[in-house]
Amino acid sequence: MNERRKFLKAFLFLLPALVILIIFRFLPIVLSFFISFFNWGIAGKGSFVGLGNYIEIFKDEKFYQSLLNTLWYVLTVLPGTIIISMFIAVLLNQKIKFKGFFRTTYFLPEVTSIIAISFVWKWIYHPKIGIANYILTSLGMSPLKWLEESRGIFEMIFQRDLPKLLEGPSLALFSLSIMTIWKSIGYNVIIFLAGLQNIPEHYYESAKIDGANVWQTFRHITLPLLSPTTFYVFIMTTITSFQVFAPVWMMTGPPAGGPLGTTNVIVYYLYDMAFNYGKYGYGTSIAFILFLIILFLTIVQKKYGEKNVFYE
Amino acid sequence: MSFMNRIKRINFSMVLTYFILIVIALTILFPFFWMVSTSLKTPVEAVKFPPDIFPKNPQLNNYVTACKKVNFTRYFINTIFIALTQLVGVLFTSILAAYAFARLDFKGREILFISLLGLMMIPMPVYIVPGYMLLQKIGWIDTYFAQIVPWMANIFPIFLLRQHFKTIPKDLYDAAVIDGYSDIGFLFKVVVPLSKPALTTISIFSILASWNSFIWPLVVTNSDSIRPVQVGLAYFIQEQSTSYTLLMAASTFVVLPLVIMFFLAQKQIIESYARSGLKD
Repeated sequence: MNERRKFLKAFLFLLPALVILIIFRFLPIVLSFFISFFNWGIAGKGSFVGLGNYIEIFKDEKFYQSLLNTLWYVLTVLPGTIIISMFIAVLLNQKIKFKGFFRTTYFLPEVTSIIAISFVWKWIYHPKIGIANYILTSLGMSPLKWLEESRGIFEMIFQRDLPKLLEGPSLALFSLSIMTIWKSIGYNVIIFLAGLQNIPEHYYESAKIDGANVWQTFRHITLPLLSPTTFYVFIMTTITSFQVFAPVWMMTGPPAGGPLGTTNVIVYYLYDMAFNYGKYGYGTSIAFILFLIILFLTIVQKKYGEKNVFYE
Repeated sequence: MSFMNRIKRINFSMVLTYFILIVIALTILFPFFWMVSTSLKTPVEAVKFPPDIFPKNPQLNNYVTACKKVNFTRYFINTIFIALTQLVGVLFTSILAAYAFARLDFKGREILFISLLGLMMIPMPVYIVPGYMLLQKIGWIDTYFAQIVPWMANIFPIFLLRQHFKTIPKDLYDAAVIDGYSDIGFLFKVVVPLSKPALTTISIFSILASWNSFIWPLVVTNSDSIRPVQVGLAYFIQEQSTSYTLLMAASTFVVLPLVIMFFLAQKQIIESYARSGLKD
């Protein structure tokens, strides 16, 4: 078969996928690069502004706040998710009865509607009649405003004014992090369990012979040999957390992104700019910056991760 | 003595393990329980503080009222229709494309494949604004097309299937050619039946993704009659923000089919997730 026929055949196999991917994945990216150079609004193309949108973004305090909020969200979700799911996975990786039941139960939030779940958590967090406050008050603590609290959590813990960067995420944003951790434990337990099952049994046997205790075994065998999985969970959690949207839209405000803009994360901000303010060009520019951040993170994590990850 | 100690220690650590696992399971289940419990209360009971854990007289009527207020049947039909058409599209496009990448020799194969992998790294939110504008240009805003067609092909399933197709021995192909199979015949009569686990995985991901997609249908639809269940529920919640009992009944209604589906296919679903997380 000659080259041309080979090419033609492959082309026919690829055609259905490529038509869709080119029109709905590739074209929008080219388009968004183009849009971001215009003062594009609901009315149409507007005027060419060059790097104007990007310059405006770098002067936009709300953008910096959304970036900071997103970072806090990622930084709170990451350790919570990794530590809790790894801990559960290690517990489940023993000879446990009802292992399947536990695994299934933990996984449940992952497959149920994020909208329904967000609403239930908003109800749990209700500042006046929510059950979260009922639990706090029964334990003798004072009730919190949860999703309506704009003060930073470190500010609340240490009860003093702190510089802006050290205030921490607002309790409202932190409440979203708690829900996210609750939701994503199941998935990450599955991933960690798969990773744990890849650790050869003989390591544990030799540790036992050497008289290592539970903690030593975990510290010197499980943790280093599990590091490729941990690294994977780290990257995936960072990338998905950077894109949080639905819980912010559902649970905070009105207006969403509140109180005082402390839950205004980057994707919500670009949505808000584009669809509530009709500033398509500006929204697109924010999206582009989001893309660059994620790209950068992936590269940094890959480079840094490779060095610190133990591969057998 | 030391033997007794060991038994004691083992039992203690096992009891502690079960205790922790059960506490976590209850924490995971609690919001679901609370949703159902609230959905069965009277409006007065629901806003009582301190709250009652169980409703006094379960108000099944809340479900009837919620169903009357919102057209859930319509939303469900929309969601199922969108999920199924997307699934068919994804299977069709990715089986063919994955085969080309795994088995066919052609110029530019590697470059094309690597470009697709690069495109896969672009996060979904980047598509919202330009995607919306593109659909507006085509005149598809507020149609089923806008919700279905853009997601009838995806890079991840192509990638996953290609990995799987590559593990199928070349000898099988040579034998099939001798038997007079064409590429299409070989693909659908030999490769596809051998790839059931991988196809199950991409089907599960496709169904869950369309069932749970939110920001895309939120942006591209305006009329209530074509909205999927997630967006319908979200708007219902925003409109009725304080009728907690009705809203919880509605939420339970939306969660229930997913929970049932999950219990029926839990093994496949969990295995799919575990498989996709492992590096090739």
